[in-house]
Amino acid sequence: MNNRSTWSLPYFIFLVIFVVMPLLLVLFYAFQDGQGHFTFANILRFFSDSDSLATFALSIEVAIENTVICILLGYPLAWILANKEYNKSAVTVVLFILPMWINALMRTLATAELFSMLGVNLGKGTLLFGMVYDYLPFMIYPIYNILSKMDKSYSEAAQDLGASPVKVFFKVTLPLSMPGVWSGVLMVFMPTVSTFAISEFLTNNKIKLFGTIIQENINSSMWNYGAALAFVMLLIIGITKFIAEDEEVATEGPRK
Amino acid sequence: MAETIIKIEHVSKSYGRGNVLDDINLDIRKGEFITIVGPSGCGKTTLLRIIAGLVQADSGTVSLGGKDITSMPPYKRPLNMVFQRYALFPHLNVYENIAFGMKLQKKSEEEIDNKVRRLLKLVSLTDYEERDVNSLSGGQQQRVAIARALANSPQVLLLDEPLSALDYKMRKDMQMELKEMHKKLGLTFINVTHDQEEAITLSDTVIVMNEGKIQQIGTPEDIYNEPCNSFVADFIGASNILDGTMIQDRKVNFIGHDFDCVDEGFAENEPVDIVIRPEDIYIVNKLESVQFTGVVKSCTFKGVHYEMFVDSDNGYELMIQDYNAFEPGSTVGLIIKPQDIQVMHKYKMENTFDAVVIDSQHVSFLGSEFECTVPERFKPDDKVTAHVAFDKVDLLDYCQDGKPEGKVRFIIYKGDHYHLKVYKRGQTSVYVDTNDVYDKGDLVGINIAPEDIIITACDE
Repeated sequence: MNNRSTWSLPYFIFLVIFVVMPLLLVLFYAFQDGQGHFTFANILRFFSDSDSLATFALSIEVAIENTVICILLGYPLAWILANKEYNKSAVTVVLFILPMWINALMRTLATAELFSMLGVNLGKGTLLFGMVYDYLPFMIYPIYNILSKMDKSYSEAAQDLGASPVKVFFKVTLPLSMPGVWSGVLMVFMPTVSTFAISEFLTNNKIKLFGTIIQENINSSMWNYGAALAFVMLLIIGITKFIAEDEEVATEGPRK
Repeated sequence: MAETIIKIEHVSKSYGRGNVLDDINLDIRKGEFITIVGPSGCGKTTLLRIIAGLVQADSGTVSLGGKDITSMPPYKRPLNMVFQRYALFPHLNVYENIAFGMKLQKKSEEEIDNKVRRLLKLVSLTDYEERDVNSLSGGQQQRVAIARALANSPQVLLLDEPLSALDYKMRKDMQMELKEMHKKLGLTFINVTHDQEEAITLSDTVIVMNEGKIQQIGTPEDIYNEPCNSFVADFIGASNILDGTMIQDRKVNFIGHDFDCVDEGFAENEPVDIVIRPEDIYIVNKLESVQFTGVVKSCTFKGVHYEMFVDSDNGYELMIQDYNAFEPGSTVGLIIKPQDIQVMHKYKMENTFDAVVIDSQHVSFLGSEFECTVPERFKPDDKVTAHVAFDKVDLLDYCQDGKPEGKVRFIIYKGDHYHLKVYKRGQTSVYVDTNDVYDKGDLVGINIAPEDIIITACDE
């Protein structure tokens, strides 16, 4: 074993204990009945349980809605922040990133308190509000990053070739910033599918998301079914990641 | 003479306190290959970007074919530009890059298709349509960038240091191709470069710029053979630049000898700058019937010729190029023919500063206080002019408290001393003759002895 691989050993051990083992455990429990026999029953139960399927569909719907709202709000904001004409100081950017430094649970609890103080009925509206509030910075930052690093000569070249400012945006700036949008999507969509704290606090558990039912199953010691649900969610996350990465490569072009 | 296509009148531009362009006036004729050349920071790229519309001038007008386009946005101007690092759109392939402008103009598919193929043939990239622009070499990207800029059939093609990113051999090839293209298309080309050799090789007209001002406009031959000042002489090609005195018409004194020359119309005994190209000094082995002698200090083989540094009999160092090598240490005879001596007016004879009298012992200029003898007729707060000879300015390697400091901007070797310009933002530049070696960009302190400052009234 050479020197460099010796150095990587602690990280390797860390990964085995905290990533590989738990994943194997999830797999192990997901394909087992309570008595330790191998079975597909847990997975089949999910696909035949209309309640679980409905929750699953709702989670995906909420995640998509949240992602779309984050893009619609985040992209223009990132564009303004990256544009030196409108934003001359880096501090403004930090102000938008600042909420990320505070624990999401605390922010969500505070938001819930605020809603109850204002007498707002908790429901899907408040749920989406909380989600957008929590995840917006994760959308702004990657887009801002790519826009602020983009070579100005691309938009100058487009102008020079006859593109009006609007055309420059849709034909050059937007397509070139898609990798930023895709990493934003990865950072917003995937965590939203699995979140349970926001729905618990901001809807008083009136709306249950996929993360919520996993948590409930695990909490009530139904480990096998909970693990099967977690397995399904991992599959979804994996698929999203592959799609997003493909898009990222397609828009950025192959690297040299 | 062909008609003027672009007219630039009194264009100035400044960023912050620095003047990038200072009252530029320029006529560009239709079909010309023009090159704007100058050291980095001379304002050449800004001038090109003002023509393209990517930068707005603070004052002055730009007109194209007689029409004022000063405030026309870039996307409406019938000019196209090849960018320094090409700026090819990475999300589009070669075909889509070239078709970009024509698609915006809503040209028909067929027309676009024909034109793209014609342009690819012109830049010798047939069959590269589907290639990803990132997979192309620098030279190929360059060709795509040129094809893309030509696709909209511009009236003028602007080139922003298009060859600077290529290696030497590639650059030479592309120069020839650009020249061919210019001949074939009959378009007006405006090229910007810091490479004086490229400027001379490519252009019909060369514009030499320095510090936001046009120094000289002329054919490559004019610029090389008849530089109008020592900056142009120094920037274009190798040259010996020397201090001289015009004795009378057709007679000039420099390096301690009198020479016949062909220049007339200078004042008697006027101090002048002399330029002699290194290939114009004749070097021979015999020592009689020559104008002066010298000792060879070094001799380097340069391929076609030898480059030698020779100390003349009066101690001036001269650069000489000749097909024959002369041994270092040998004494040689030297001859300069009258028509090879280029005599130029000095842009300045001495430093002059706007100064304010503080008391009978002190004046203030360059943002600092200097000790000197102030004639009695001046009272405190009078505005006066301070004169300081070039060789009376002391440069210090450190900056003294309360004394001015500046950066060395340009340096010319004058055979036995260096002539340099020390620049400080917002202040008059100081010209210095010194024997010490400084580098461009060095930070120096400025000191002037009290007896070397001469105070006169303002308008003198």
